[in-house]
Amino acid sequence: MKVKAKMKKELVIVKVLAKHPMETGMRKDKKTDELIPAKYIQELICKHQDKVVFEANFGRAVSKNPYVAFSFKGGQPGDTLSLTWVDNTGETKAVEATIK
Amino acid sequence: MQDKRRLLLKSVLGFTAMVAAVTVMPKLAMAKWSKAFDVESMDEALNDLYGSNELITDDRITFKIPEIAENGAVVPVSVKTDIPNVRTISIFADKNPQPLAASFKIPEGTEANISVRIRLGETMIVKAVVEADGKLYTTEKEVKVTIGGCGG
Repeated sequence: MKVKAKMKKELVIVKVLAKHPMETGMRKDKKTDELIPAKYIQELICKHQDKVVFEANFGRAVSKNPYVAFSFKGGQPGDTLSLTWVDNTGETKAVEATIK
Repeated sequence: MQDKRRLLLKSVLGFTAMVAAVTVMPKLAMAKWSKAFDVESMDEALNDLYGSNELITDDRITFKIPEIAENGAVVPVSVKTDIPNVRTISIFADKNPQPLAASFKIPEGTEANISVRIRLGETMIVKAVVEADGKLYTTEKEVKVTIGGCGG
């Protein structure tokens, strides 16, 4: 998961690119002609100093390697953001990013 | 005798409670993700997510999405609004197998301004729904899709 967090006036602009196949469960494997099981991120949460500043819930219609952007007030350069995603299989990934 | 039986009963109950807690926990952790994402009609998805499907068209929502998407697999969407007290922003694609594509919670201090990339299976209407003060505001756009986003 790549995260960029930058101050612009009083706002922290956050851009997230999560590496994930986002399989819908409706796509067939071309070789075997069998359905590829669904595997997609359901939840992506961003916290700033233990406060949730953003929560995204995804369905199967979110593109592969999901990109989201948002912005919030109250951050300072040097502060840490922690981001976590969970997919429908229970796999999870967490990263930290520093506000620039 | 009595004591031993109590003890046994206690440990059995304790164990059962533990097992129950362990099996229930993952469900609780997943429960936030709404079943609205699984349903196949837009009205049903709205009802599941918000308990209402009454949408008020509002031009205070800036909804950016290409008019023509050459590749339906990656369609950039952004939603911005100056409606006050926004709690959530959701994106619905009416002809996708499951219309609800994404839903965002906007806590206090976070701007009602988000971007995401979604898949569209064919040419269709895409709606942005903004929840504020218990009301659902919406705006929509038609997107012409040249190559669908759901093929293998």
